[in-house]
Amino acid sequence: MTSSVEIKNLNLSFGAVEVLKNLNLSIAEGEFLVLLGSSGCGKSTLLNCIAGLLDITAGQIFIKGQNVTWAEPSERGIGMVFQSYALYPQMTVEGNMSFGLKNAKVPKAEIKERVAHAADVLQIEPLLDRKPSALSGGQRQRVAIGRALVRDVDVFLFDEPLSNLDAKLRADLRVELKQLHARLQNTMIYVTHDQVEAMTLADRIAIMKDGLIQQLASPAEIYSRPANLYVADFIGSPAMNLLDGQINNGNFEAGEISIPLGGYEFSREARGGALLGIRPEHVIVGGNADTADISLDVTAEVVEALGSDTLVLTSVNATRFWLRISGQSQVATGDALRIGFNASDASLFDKADEKRL
Amino acid sequence: MATGATKPFGLFRNMTAKIAAIPMILTALVVFAGGTIWTVVHSFTGSKLLPKLNWVGLDQYERLWNSNRWIVSIENLLIFGVFSLIFSLVIGFTLAALLDQKIRFENTFRTIILYPFAMSFIVTGLVWQWLLNPEFGIQSIVRDLGWTGFDFDPLYNQDIVIYGVLIAALWQGTGLIMVLMLAGMRGIDQDIWKASRVDGIPAWKTYLFIIIPMMRPVFITTLVIIASGIVKVFDLVVAQTSGGPGIASEVPAKYVYDSMFLRQNLGQGFAASTMMLLAVVIIIIPWAYLEFGGKKRD
Amino acid sequence: MTDVTHFEGAHGPKPRRVFSRRNIFLYGTLIMVALYYVLPLYVMIVTSLKGMPEIRMGNIFAPPVDITFEPWVKAWSQACTGLNCDGLSRGFWNSVQITVPSVIVSILIASVNGYALANWRFKGADVFFTILIFGAFIPYQIMLYPMVILLREMGIYGTLWGLVMVHSIFGMPILTLLFRNYFTSLPEELFKAARVDGAGFWGIYFQIMLPMSLPIFVVAMILQVTGIWNDFLFGVVYTKPDIYPMTVQLNNIVNSVQGVKEYNVNMAATILTGLVPLVIYFVSGRLFVRGIAAGAVKG
Repeated sequence: MTSSVEIKNLNLSFGAVEVLKNLNLSIAEGEFLVLLGSSGCGKSTLLNCIAGLLDITAGQIFIKGQNVTWAEPSERGIGMVFQSYALYPQMTVEGNMSFGLKNAKVPKAEIKERVAHAADVLQIEPLLDRKPSALSGGQRQRVAIGRALVRDVDVFLFDEPLSNLDAKLRADLRVELKQLHARLQNTMIYVTHDQVEAMTLADRIAIMKDGLIQQLASPAEIYSRPANLYVADFIGSPAMNLLDGQINNGNFEAGEISIPLGGYEFSREARGGALLGIRPEHVIVGGNADTADISLDVTAEVVEALGSDTLVLTSVNATRFWLRISGQSQVATGDALRIGFNASDASLFDKADEKRL
Repeated sequence: MATGATKPFGLFRNMTAKIAAIPMILTALVVFAGGTIWTVVHSFTGSKLLPKLNWVGLDQYERLWNSNRWIVSIENLLIFGVFSLIFSLVIGFTLAALLDQKIRFENTFRTIILYPFAMSFIVTGLVWQWLLNPEFGIQSIVRDLGWTGFDFDPLYNQDIVIYGVLIAALWQGTGLIMVLMLAGMRGIDQDIWKASRVDGIPAWKTYLFIIIPMMRPVFITTLVIIASGIVKVFDLVVAQTSGGPGIASEVPAKYVYDSMFLRQNLGQGFAASTMMLLAVVIIIIPWAYLEFGGKKRD
Repeated sequence: MTDVTHFEGAHGPKPRRVFSRRNIFLYGTLIMVALYYVLPLYVMIVTSLKGMPEIRMGNIFAPPVDITFEPWVKAWSQACTGLNCDGLSRGFWNSVQITVPSVIVSILIASVNGYALANWRFKGADVFFTILIFGAFIPYQIMLYPMVILLREMGIYGTLWGLVMVHSIFGMPILTLLFRNYFTSLPEELFKAARVDGAGFWGIYFQIMLPMSLPIFVVAMILQVTGIWNDFLFGVVYTKPDIYPMTVQLNNIVNSVQGVKEYNVNMAATILTGLVPLVIYFVSGRLFVRGIAAGAVKG
């Protein structure tokens, strides 16, 4: 597979502040890559660097094998969709979609054809003569996508495109984006702080923090094998339960609990202080708990019924411990519960460097 | 090979933007910075009809501070400055607070109070020259009402002429201060008012102890606007009193103009304008420090 | 408890008295204040409609007994400045000729400046901008003479275009600030989108920014027309008597020492000079307020 976008040793500083630190990233042809992180992690900054909207301090950027490090945004073969849609308010939908082509001096007939095609793909033909102010949020974002689409580019950049929409529209457009990607097979780089968007859309997710990529892997991998404590805590809601303890003779010991780690796949040698993480949905509750690697008794302190499933807050070794159980279960505050889990479902992190063991 | 691989030379990055900014760059460098330096430098020369570089050291400043006219100008500026600062702020704030009471016809009242601001100082000066005319104006009216001993002729009385100018200036400028204050008040979170109502704090106390401290930035900017306006006072005096009676209502800006363009004494004009610059710098520097020095830290 | 419409004690909307003590105080004060502000305008108009004998006898607040438009005609076409006696009309047309190009040129330059500063930050831009803003506070007096030399060197001292240049230069700080703040307040993503679409400096300015900035252009125009029309200092320093703007001519008419003082003509002339900004003020209303607030408050 050839790489569509390649970033080599990229650095970006504003004065003394290093925003992106020696970043390397290679994105394959047709891949859907999501840059995920909380605000201020540098994900949007990275996207702006790829687009050429920010001058980088050091490093190189290649798109389709061409060095575009110093190229103008319009010369890079990219289309971009923004959070606030950024539609030109005084132009019609058609004007918005054809503005870039006019600047590129594309013949009129071809502009018309391409706009019509994009409008067809996005089902916005009836809106072509309207001004952005006469459109709903969802329609505006479709037009913004259309504006990127007509440019017939290799790489699409999305900067939190769904964040300004309400929850239901967001879910609808998410599905449409996925279908669009399946149909166009373009490379897409998508910035978001929403882990649901990241998990559902991405071929690979890059989780960023403080200008560094913490983990770059498939959604499944990130979910089940987080590379470090930050990633483990960031993905999943409620977050992974963490127990503080020691690794001794192949067992994880925390207080009176001792878990045999025979089923755990170590990625490096481990001893001494460690944290054991287990997702609320991987905790077995009730009769089957006794068959797990470890089982213990807890009390339900808070019960949150969400309908589809129910979250129960308990405590283990005086730390918060969430369980996710079926929405059908009848659990009330104060109930005693028998729980258990397997080492193969857990993640272990070194206490010193917070990396996965 | 894509053009992107060749790095554009630093000076030519954003070339069009730089070319477009040339008028601004020239104005900033040549007129504002260059002109200021030129005047300051020439204030140390004996320039008379034409600027010459014959150095005389601090002679011009010595002569300036020995000139009765300049001393009167400075005194007037101080009296005028202190009173117009205090009255502008107090009247402006009070009027804004009155208009802030969710009153009817707010727009009408605001329009009436602000309209003098649209008029030039020349117009303002001439109107008040007429109103304060002792033969026909306010003084004669009050006397006609039977109060024959009433004396109010600021434009003909050396001791109080500057207050006559002050009245006109306040009439012209308080509307602006009121509008700025009102904008500041409207910018304050309305929940503050709800909270103070729930706590049972009287409105005047809320204004005094909560709103005014919250409006600190507005007060500071208003202060700077008034202060830098005071230093520039010129047209009002020219129109209303021509500096008279005698030299009783002279102001520094007029001293500069007269020295340069009427009395062919450029050196004096340069020295006097340098003193004006100094006064403004003393006002501006602490403000710029407060306003922009503080911002950079967060 | 079947009769639900029957309440004991306080119920329904709180009764409000129109003539509460608070209202009397509030509106009383405001009306007094409003009178104080209106009075000079009233006196101006009343005086300008009276004949001189009536002025000498009566009181300045009294409405005219015998309305005459003679003073207005005289102020417009016959009043003397000491040099000539063709009235204020000459100054009016001079002011129009000065104001129109000055407003256009100064706004064009400042809007491009503001746009370049807001969207195309280049190295050193902040330095020039800081000098410019300081320039807004520096007393003009200190730059008066160097400007004379500059204009003389360019050969436009004492001409209309010299004064246009002066107004463009000294109006630049506040206008640039106004436009810079406005363009900064527009969503940055719009600018980014246009760059991705391949538009350049002028392309973005004319096709994206200008169509979105109509209100701020109107505000700037109000600010400039009023400011330039009302200017006295630059008019008197940088022009010659035959192209003196209206304010300078008005001052010369009213404060000329020769002849008998004709107060009615003077007041008519004063109203005539104040009329243009006054009309703009009353017509533009909220935009005027917005303009001065934007120009003054935030730096």
